[in-house]
Amino acid sequence: MSDAKKFMYINRKAPYGTIYAWESLEVVLIGAAFDQEVSLAFVDDGVYQLMKGQDTTEVGIKNFSPTYAALGDYDVNKIYIEKESLEARGLTLDDLQHLVWEDEDEDWAEKDSIRVVTSAELAEIFEQQDITLSF
Amino acid sequence: MASIEVDGKSFEVDEEGYLEDLTTWVPEIAGVMAKLDDAELTDAHWEVINFLREYYEEYQIAPAVRVLTKAIGKKLGKDKGNSKYLYELFPYGPGKQACKYAGLPKPTGCV
Repeated sequence: MSDAKKFMYINRKAPYGTIYAWESLEVVLIGAAFDQEVSLAFVDDGVYQLMKGQDTTEVGIKNFSPTYAALGDYDVNKIYIEKESLEARGLTLDDLQHLVWEDEDEDWAEKDSIRVVTSAELAEIFEQQDITLSF
Repeated sequence: MASIEVDGKSFEVDEEGYLEDLTTWVPEIAGVMAKLDDAELTDAHWEVINFLREYYEEYQIAPAVRVLTKAIGKKLGKDKGNSKYLYELFPYGPGKQACKYAGLPKPTGCV
């Protein structure tokens, strides 16, 4: 749709110390009901939001990490991870959830949603957005 | 706090009739909630209710109607994956009404 705006949600914080990660995810899911082109970026401690094997039983907070896997159902399939942030934390793509979306036009073929990009590439992507929301 | 009676047991619900604690859900709750809405649950209703419970189990959210419609179409066939079919089953809105019977919170993105 021609008047769809490009929305970028930037996630910078670890998942459970503050409410930012969950708030961001909720806004993304609510916003996805409207005709927008949605991208997510995970930078700094935000990369921890997508870590595999999260267990929140000790902190008494709902573990919302399984919800990221639903993003593909909401047609949110442009998820950028900043390479430098991963590396600075000793992480690789294998430490993160494998997020996919299903292409209805290609018999529900599974495609990767996550792309690892450098800080410079991410800056260019940010440049193309109409609206940027930082969490 | 409002509550509903199911087989002599009392379950707490919020002001819109959604179950407060989804872990307490039993299938009979859906039947009682439906009766309050003057509805009768058929196998077709149960397909959707069970689907929603599985979706919540996996993703920890109740899907938006658009997502539900698409996913039902994929799982149960194109003839069921459209809003006409789902609204006939759940005239109060497939997201809201079916989620309520399934004991789930109101769908994220339901305004």
